[in-house]
Amino acid sequence: MADPFLSIQHVRKSFGATTVVEDFNLDVEPGEFVSFLGPSGCGKTTVLRMVAGFEEPSAGKIVVGGKDITRLKPNQRNVGMVFQAYALFPNLTVAQNIAFGLKVGGMPKADADRRVAEMLDIIKLPQMADRYPYQLSGGQQQRIALARAIAPKPKLLLLDEPLSALDAKVRVSLREEIRSIQKKLGITTIFVTHDQEEALSISDRIAVMYGGRAEQVGTPFEIYNRPATKFVANFVGTLNVLEGKVTDAASGKVQVNSQEVSLKGKLNGSKSGDTLSLALRPEAISLGRQPGHDTSLSGEIAEVHFLGSVIRVRVGIGGNTVSLDTFNNSATPPPAVGDKADISFSSGDMLVLH
Amino acid sequence: MKSGKFWAWVVFGIGTAYFFIPLLATFEFSLRMRRGVHSFDAYQVVLGDPRFQATFLYSVVAAIFTIILGVLIVVPAAYWIRLRLPQIRPIVEFITLLPLVIPAIVIVFGYIRMYGSNSPLPFLASDLGASALLVIGYATLALPYMYRAVDTGLRTIDVRTLTEAAQILGAGWGTIITRVILPNVLIAVLSGAFLTFAIVIGEFTMASLLNRPAFGPYLQNIGANRAYEPAALAIIAFAITWGCMSLIQILSRFAPKSANRPN
Repeated sequence: MADPFLSIQHVRKSFGATTVVEDFNLDVEPGEFVSFLGPSGCGKTTVLRMVAGFEEPSAGKIVVGGKDITRLKPNQRNVGMVFQAYALFPNLTVAQNIAFGLKVGGMPKADADRRVAEMLDIIKLPQMADRYPYQLSGGQQQRIALARAIAPKPKLLLLDEPLSALDAKVRVSLREEIRSIQKKLGITTIFVTHDQEEALSISDRIAVMYGGRAEQVGTPFEIYNRPATKFVANFVGTLNVLEGKVTDAASGKVQVNSQEVSLKGKLNGSKSGDTLSLALRPEAISLGRQPGHDTSLSGEIAEVHFLGSVIRVRVGIGGNTVSLDTFNNSATPPPAVGDKADISFSSGDMLVLH
Repeated sequence: MKSGKFWAWVVFGIGTAYFFIPLLATFEFSLRMRRGVHSFDAYQVVLGDPRFQATFLYSVVAAIFTIILGVLIVVPAAYWIRLRLPQIRPIVEFITLLPLVIPAIVIVFGYIRMYGSNSPLPFLASDLGASALLVIGYATLALPYMYRAVDTGLRTIDVRTLTEAAQILGAGWGTIITRVILPNVLIAVLSGAFLTFAIVIGEFTMASLLNRPAFGPYLQNIGANRAYEPAALAIIAFAITWGCMSLIQILSRFAPKSANRPN
């Protein structure tokens, strides 16, 4: 494997007695789009700020393109950054904002003007050059901020929750635009977000963070379908968690509310008598016994929510409740609360959480 | 509702009368120099007096240096406190208020004792030194106004994010202050500058005790020895001060608008 473009090695950050990032490690390939996903306070922005140079790591090092940049000042790193609060300079026009980094870098005016025009074309706002930031919408301001960040051709692009301040519709269109520009320019990008849909939809890989650590780093497919920890499973997507007890570790038998489930090869060293958390995505479960599903559990309908095209059903299985969605079928009325019901799924879809 | 409005107008009328009647009376008195008619003779005498021109010019130059000194001290200090040391803001605010509490005469006696011709820093040994000390003293007197004006200006912008945005684009501290921070608080700085100007033009205590040929002592001297000229001078000083205030209002229309507008 080629050397990573960005390598964050054993990075730790403490503020006084509080450690906010603990032994964080990540290698990013050239041109890769990696998202840091996690709840507020998980340390994702702190890691990004350490890569930018706004915070100095308490331990560890950060290497970009083979060069240790851990102690370099932000203005010596050749890194572009887009902030949540846009951070356009209010006294400068759009064109002057985009040209700021070029001027500071000493680019001749004619070249800078050409580059500004090129950037305005990329973000599809060529007519906005002479406007001031206050004359633009939030989405336009953030596109200008993106253009300003990439104009000086940085080695690395950092995006600190750039879509959080925007409304839902603009957020979706802008995230697609950011991804397409990133792919076009081939720029290595770190994207910080707490929105799982955002991270899943545009990332090459996601680092799910919790308590200052990377809980799991993987592709969106891996993160969603094979979460490594209970936190990742719970944080990314909707998840049904069932408590079970290992009855026969050798044959993979687990008891869920006095019903037996076979999980051969998934118990990872659990012993008979151990309790386990078993997780299932709603889309892996069907109401009633379905062909192709090798496992079923019996329970009672606890709640039914008619949502038009979809009916959301919650089934109580002993102390556990399982949520699943079924498509509305005009020929079949929805189940009634209190009805006895079976749910079925493939045992291969069941995740054992540690 | 109607009665409330009526009393509001009554209070407004009383306030206006309280403010304008002495002013009008002073103005009317300043026009009486020539017996029997109203004339601008007093203004002609004042404006034609070489001492008026010399002292006014001296005070204008002192005000300009005071403003430069104030901006050089206050802008980086207020910026740094907002950016890196917000926890010491209450202490700095308290310190900047001290010139309002401690009389100028106390400060100037301190200066005379500290910077006399026998001290290691003999500011008072030369005219230039004494004028420099006067400017330093004026900068202290203007501190409450200058600091508050600049700090209010800094409050309207996201200092930290703008600084970081400039830093990541390769800017050093000099570029950040001159091209990002200062232009965005320029109106606030100008407000502080005009307030400083107004204070310096009329200041008497420091200039008098440091024996400087400033406009304040000249005003006092004329006031003690003449009849109509002091009234004319009071109106001129008033016009200068109000001119400064109007300039603040006009310039504030050109303030950069905030970029942080939600979508």
